[in-house]
Amino acid sequence: MTTYAGVPGVVETREALGETTLVVDPARLVEACTFLRDEHGFNFLSDIAAADYLGWGAQEVAGYIGTAAGRDLHEPGSQGHARVPEPKPKRFSISYHLLRVGEEAERLRVQVWLDDGETVASVLPVWPAADWFEREAWDMMGIRFEGHPNLVRILMTDDWEGHPLRKDYPLGGEPVRFSDED
Amino acid sequence: MAVIPSTSIYDGTRIPQPVPTILEVDPDAHRLEDILTINFGPNHPSTHGVLRLVVDLDGETVAGIRAIIGYLHTGFEKNMESKSWWKSVTYAPRIDYVSFHANELLYVLAIEKLLGIDVPRRATWARMAMAELNRIHSHLVWLGTSALEIGAISLFWYAFDDRDQILDLFEMAGGTRMHTRYVQVGGLAEDLPPGFTTEARKFCKSMPKSVDEYEAILDRNAIWLERTRGIGLLSADDALALAQSGPMLRSSGVDWDLRRNMPYLAYDEVEFDVPVYPNGDVYDRYKVHMDEMRESVRIVRQCLDRLDEMDGEPWIADDRKVVLPPRHELHTSMESLIHHFKIVTEGFTVPEGEVYVAIESPRGEAGCYLVSDGGARPWRVRFRAPSFAALQATATVVQDCLIADLVAVAGSLDPVMGDADR
Repeated sequence: MTTYAGVPGVVETREALGETTLVVDPARLVEACTFLRDEHGFNFLSDIAAADYLGWGAQEVAGYIGTAAGRDLHEPGSQGHARVPEPKPKRFSISYHLLRVGEEAERLRVQVWLDDGETVASVLPVWPAADWFEREAWDMMGIRFEGHPNLVRILMTDDWEGHPLRKDYPLGGEPVRFSDED
Repeated sequence: MAVIPSTSIYDGTRIPQPVPTILEVDPDAHRLEDILTINFGPNHPSTHGVLRLVVDLDGETVAGIRAIIGYLHTGFEKNMESKSWWKSVTYAPRIDYVSFHANELLYVLAIEKLLGIDVPRRATWARMAMAELNRIHSHLVWLGTSALEIGAISLFWYAFDDRDQILDLFEMAGGTRMHTRYVQVGGLAEDLPPGFTTEARKFCKSMPKSVDEYEAILDRNAIWLERTRGIGLLSADDALALAQSGPMLRSSGVDWDLRRNMPYLAYDEVEFDVPVYPNGDVYDRYKVHMDEMRESVRIVRQCLDRLDEMDGEPWIADDRKVVLPPRHELHTSMESLIHHFKIVTEGFTVPEGEVYVAIESPRGEAGCYLVSDGGARPWRVRFRAPSFAALQATATVVQDCLIADLVAVAGSLDPVMGDADR
């Protein structure tokens, strides 16, 4: 297993399920990514995946039978939680999945943590492929990437309100166009 | 052979600046008052769905372009968060509806990695056979539609005829022709039916001949060659920088295939070659697709041999907390009934954690990032869509194209809009 000593801005290194995660200080993300590309040969940005952890761990554990007002039949209980999950440092995580295309293939996850409203520098200068991935993260999660030259919505329409993959965005809550209620 | 070639198709990089996905009209090369901006799509028969290209034309030459996607955005990822793990499997094949089995397999592999469950080998080999059949299916759809778009209409009918035989095989195994949901967490939804390997062998016998016929139709066709050779160039370095994968990468000379370089399932136990072509044009992308179909038949044959040896072996893991109990037990065993009820109503739980799993789908690296909070529903599902990544290369590959080439080039990226827009 490769060691990632000397990568700038690393806060924590995790090994789980055969995958390595480097948690990086958001302020030094571009520095870390450039280092990983140039020194460790990660020439391929597979994906940028943002996740919203609002309400993480708020589910009660198994055995929960509802509030004083009674159980909501449409919310089937605990959904099987056996224990409360480990708390997360901040609301959003952005995971950059890197791949080394070469003789010694390897994957690496670089992760930064942000609160709502915080921004992170765009890695577009490091890997041009970040363009649409970052636009999608902005569109779906509302995370701003500083220095991205064209950070506009990509999947939703330009005048869409809200960021659908946030946990506080309701399922099925989208406005119905051309309906009588407009 | 080096993974990344030392020689390049063109000097330097052609990725536009400052936005890699937008080709702006160069005011030095074109008179701006001559530029005509047109919408190519979203409702155009040759955009493989609902891709919209805003094209700036100078005469017949493409001077600027940007791709606009999202017309088929369906919110799969959001929907899957609200379904239990086993119910959300149904969504995965509908994302990339042409390589349905690959997506389904990808999602289930990611869940299995979180669960740490052992899958019986018969299931693994059956999944592999299906995955390769699905690759041929996807390439046939690509071949038929792409050739149709640049005028070779007869090929469409031939390709779809062969495609139908693959769908027959899927129907035989899974009961439906597409979106089979044949892959179950822990193994397969059902065992392969008797006679499946016999039928599949018949297909393996006829398919290589069909590929030869397709090549006979196209390879000496002057119009086909004129319209595909030297068109839509992409160098190896640019392909990697733009996160291109699959046939896009291999046609630019990069010797990279996840099946061989980072094996999953049992790909390290089968023999196959990875076709690589050096020129990075539409023609080479076509050649990669053709060779891959032959290699897939080779893999399917090896899978069928192994499956025959494993006849009668279990096809799903014996883990009652995850896998539905056998149907016949429900009438006699209270325990089985309880397990069945719990899995169907509440769903099985998946340990807390995050994973990124990637497979070589027909379109390239299809990845799935999952986060579980330990409950019965996924906390976050994210698909790395190869079509999404492929469309990022649009502005790089169309440079100096004519408007007529645009159809050939856009087709050669092999985008499935369901995959790109999710």
